[in-house]
Amino acid sequence: MSQFDAKAFDAPAHVAHMAKVMGLSIAPEWEATVVANMEATARAAGLVLSYALDEHVEPAPVFEP
Amino acid sequence: MPASQILLRPAHEIAAAVASKEVSAREVAEAAISLIEAQNGALHAYTDVTADRAIIEANRVDQVIAAGGAPPLAGVPYAVKNLFDVEGVVTRAGSKINRDDPPAPVDATLVTKMREAGGVLLGSLNMGEYAYDFTGENAHDGASLNPHDRTRMSGGSSGGSGTAVASGMAAISLGSDTNGSIRVPSSFCGLYGLKPTYGRLSRAHTFPFVPSLDHLGPIARSPRDLALVFDALQGRDPADPAQIDRQSLRSTAEIGKGVEGLRIAVAGGYFQRQAKPEALAGVAHVAKALGVDREIELPEAHRARAAAYLITTSESSTVHLDRLQRRAADFDPDTRDRFLSGAMVPTAWYVQAQRFRAWFRAEMQKLFETVDVILAPATPFHALPSGTKTVELDGVTLPARANIGIFTQPVSFVGLPVVAVPVWLPGTHLPIGVQVIAPAWREDIALRVAETLHLAGATAAPVARMPVETR
Repeated sequence: MSQFDAKAFDAPAHVAHMAKVMGLSIAPEWEATVVANMEATARAAGLVLSYALDEHVEPAPVFEP
Repeated sequence: MPASQILLRPAHEIAAAVASKEVSAREVAEAAISLIEAQNGALHAYTDVTADRAIIEANRVDQVIAAGGAPPLAGVPYAVKNLFDVEGVVTRAGSKINRDDPPAPVDATLVTKMREAGGVLLGSLNMGEYAYDFTGENAHDGASLNPHDRTRMSGGSSGGSGTAVASGMAAISLGSDTNGSIRVPSSFCGLYGLKPTYGRLSRAHTFPFVPSLDHLGPIARSPRDLALVFDALQGRDPADPAQIDRQSLRSTAEIGKGVEGLRIAVAGGYFQRQAKPEALAGVAHVAKALGVDREIELPEAHRARAAAYLITTSESSTVHLDRLQRRAADFDPDTRDRFLSGAMVPTAWYVQAQRFRAWFRAEMQKLFETVDVILAPATPFHALPSGTKTVELDGVTLPARANIGIFTQPVSFVGLPVVAVPVWLPGTHLPIGVQVIAPAWREDIALRVAETLHLAGATAAPVARMPVETR
């Protein structure tokens, strides 16, 4: 189980850093909603990362339901 | 009966009328084109009308019938979400950017299959940009509107697919469903929608959204129509690397078998907490019609939804990374910010979501050892007024666009087949959909339940009564 703390996630800093890493230009008027979406994604990540999975649970590369 | 009236019947009745020469495929196609000319300006369902092609295909069907043939979809007028390749048409996928692409050189595999079955293609349909949408709204092409109340959303992202069938401008539409984009417009527009098992139908020559989760399927005005189209669309296609090699079902032969012996339960917990009264009433109505009083809980459904969200935002942004780097300003403002943040998701979050998917699949397989069908709301509420940006669910105000699909997302996350069935509750002119969820590869079971409900009058998908000026 990961120790990720979604509440402590610094979305503005993450967006500023990753925009440079990924070569993305964020216009000032888009910034607030990009950050809000990043915060929502971090909350989703918090839910997923906080659930303990057995180490042998692997992704399905070809997914057959 | 004139062709303009036959056009408004369910697809299987249109096919029967054409096959028996009560009406010609060409007359039906011409009636459909006339209706599109009259209504599309007000509803924004079609972005491209392929009238010349429709006449050519209809003539061909009439020739086949004159020669003694009887194709299963004889003369059925249909249209496709504009992420399907249609030869000679630019595949815009709801975007401005893709309009710079050349026209598609070939048809999508499913379009070819529809033609071979006697379908007549009328054109391509409006959609939320790059399918990242549950509203049916589009900054470039306008919002596809709800024929049952034009002040409201069609639902998305296969918005035009819902609008066209509910207004009578097509008997069938093909859409895509990654997190709910067939089931949401089916719910908002009062239609039957089939999201088949993940890997069942070929996605070749369609524009991707989230390859791990993308499905294609039909929207129609009766369960039998869904079965006819589903049977026509199945078949192995090596051009889709995610398609699974499985025996095709003959669902038209199974659909009339009723529900006796099926173990059916209502999804509790997560699927009830955030539902508005109309969503709960819709499920209760279907459960009562089927004589169901059992309730079950899908384990960790809220985490399944969160994991679907993570896979969606990160994988789709990878698909669009080059466009985000070069042309972010040309995206629809309602999708741009979601795609931009999706390009910034750490890999560990994505991989953990994929691992959770494998876990949730195993849990659902166990659950389906005890039940054959699960009923759940398709949407938490009726169609929202166009332009709605936020919704209140369980006392919390949330963005509308991302949360309309909270009940569809956990189900498509593990690829289970679903038929959305339309319920019309007393006291409102708006429909609401219920998901009939079956085990993997058992679309026939969900279709049997839908057909039982339809024949009993518990669910229905009427063509909307349009204002006089657009009739």
